[in-house]
Amino acid sequence: MHSTSQASHHDHGPSLRQRLAARGLDAVTLLVLPAALFLVLLFIYPFAFGLVLSFEPKAGGSWLANYSRFFADPFLYETIAKTLWLSIPTTLLNLFLAVPIAFRVRLMRNQRILTAILILPITLGTVLVAEGLLNYLGPQGWLNRTLVTFGLASQPLKLLHNYWGVFISLLLTGFPFTFLLTLSYVTGIDPALEQAAATLGAGARQRFRHVYLPLLMPGFAITFCLSFVQAFSVFPSAVLLGAPAGPTRVISIAAYQAAFEEYDYSMASAIAMIMGFVQLAIVVAILASRGLFYRGPASGAKG
Amino acid sequence: MIRDTTIGAKLWATAVWAVVGFFIINLFAMIGTVVVSSFGTRWLGTWLPAGWTTRWYSSAWSEFQLGDVLIVSFQVVGLVVLISGLLGVTAAYALARRDFPGKKLVMLLFLLPLLIPPITFGIPLATVLYQTGLAGTFWGVVAANLVPTVPFVILVMIPFIEQIDPKIEAAARVFGANTFKLFLHVLLPLLLPGILASLLLVLVRTIAMFELTFLVAGPTSQTLVVALYYAVFAAGVRAVQSIDAMAVIYMVTTLIWLLVALRFVNPAQIVTRAKQQPAH
Repeated sequence: MHSTSQASHHDHGPSLRQRLAARGLDAVTLLVLPAALFLVLLFIYPFAFGLVLSFEPKAGGSWLANYSRFFADPFLYETIAKTLWLSIPTTLLNLFLAVPIAFRVRLMRNQRILTAILILPITLGTVLVAEGLLNYLGPQGWLNRTLVTFGLASQPLKLLHNYWGVFISLLLTGFPFTFLLTLSYVTGIDPALEQAAATLGAGARQRFRHVYLPLLMPGFAITFCLSFVQAFSVFPSAVLLGAPAGPTRVISIAAYQAAFEEYDYSMASAIAMIMGFVQLAIVVAILASRGLFYRGPASGAKG
Repeated sequence: MIRDTTIGAKLWATAVWAVVGFFIINLFAMIGTVVVSSFGTRWLGTWLPAGWTTRWYSSAWSEFQLGDVLIVSFQVVGLVVLISGLLGVTAAYALARRDFPGKKLVMLLFLLPLLIPPITFGIPLATVLYQTGLAGTFWGVVAANLVPTVPFVILVMIPFIEQIDPKIEAAARVFGANTFKLFLHVLLPLLLPGILASLLLVLVRTIAMFELTFLVAGPTSQTLVVALYYAVFAAGVRAVQSIDAMAVIYMVTTLIWLLVALRFVNPAQIVTRAKQQPAH
């Protein structure tokens, strides 16, 4: 019995194992399975579960009840505009500041110290930055004290528990992230291209406008997307530094309250899905417009 | 390098450095306020506190049960580092060495948890964990924290493994090494710098990972950063200086590991994780 089946294998060419190995599936490939299964279980499944759950309202009613409630209640749907109103200006400002600084830092020999300093707010995290800013931006904090002492402000500025508190914390934690991403794109471009442009008589502005900008546009688009997505999911600083019932009631606060204050996981999932959808929509819009820009090699033309 | 020497270019350079300087001054002043306040006796309406003391540290330690919180934090971080190392390095090895149908899909699966912010996937994840009863427990916190760290290790390790010549492994096989020996005597020594770097980054990121821990932690499974959030959130209940002392303890635990990490990795790696890996 056994020998006949082996014989038939020989007749029909390589065994199943060999055929799979030829396609790249063997014991080594199986090593990917534990991690992949783990993520399917704890990342894909929760998303699918949340999506289904969002169509099964806690209070009953039609399957779209959560979504129609979200878009009917200004206290809920306004969170989208409020979050965008925080995240888009801060992301744009971060990017506009990061680009000239990255162009300057690119020329530095020892970038390590500067990048190490800038990594600080990212590693310390938003909670600690919020805690620090509560002291620092307060009416008696060092910032207001300095402003009043130097006569730059007649009275302490109100920077806490409003829009600006969250805005400043998003700058402080967002800028290093945007800057380091931008720097990695800027340094990835062959300086020979700029030298060639300079040889041909292009000034600094022309070199930036006609050489760097077209090459960097795709990188800037990705930087904007990643920074925006981070800023859009702002949570601890919006609670601690902002006015979580008023102008900085961002969408993550609405989702959190639905889940952990009203224990309505169905509604919370619906809000999380809307949050994900808005992020996705903006990212897709940005990346789609990437097709309008130059795409090609960013190194010298020797390769 | 091209250096412009016109006045306009010099003014522009000065302006750029002024912005950098302004940012760094504010950053250090912000950190400085926390440190100064944690050592001050009473600080109202002056540049510096009226006197200096260290008693806030002992009161913070007992008020916030920092001993317990720190033990939980280190256990969570240690397990997350260990498990994400095991799962991440093995998966990265398979992805670096083999091309198989559906590989792009698998790469996407590993890329998404890094691109989607934790609070977005954290809420459905917390919902599932609450339904299975894992949320609020120690293992629930570990599982939630592994979701972004496993892909992170994979994406950092893939280029690292790709640069090791497969002929070295083939040679070891020829000389009769079995898979275990091959791993222990050939791959591990070669991969050690990469593993070390990625795990240190995981460590730093997990200490500071607020959102996921916050969403799934119960009273006994809080990490330091979540305890800090609750303390700041309920400000007014405790003395400000006490919370600041806790914040300093948190900063010190993070910064020690950051300094260790910076010896082994380029700081930019902490941020540019998504860009580092080549598209497959």
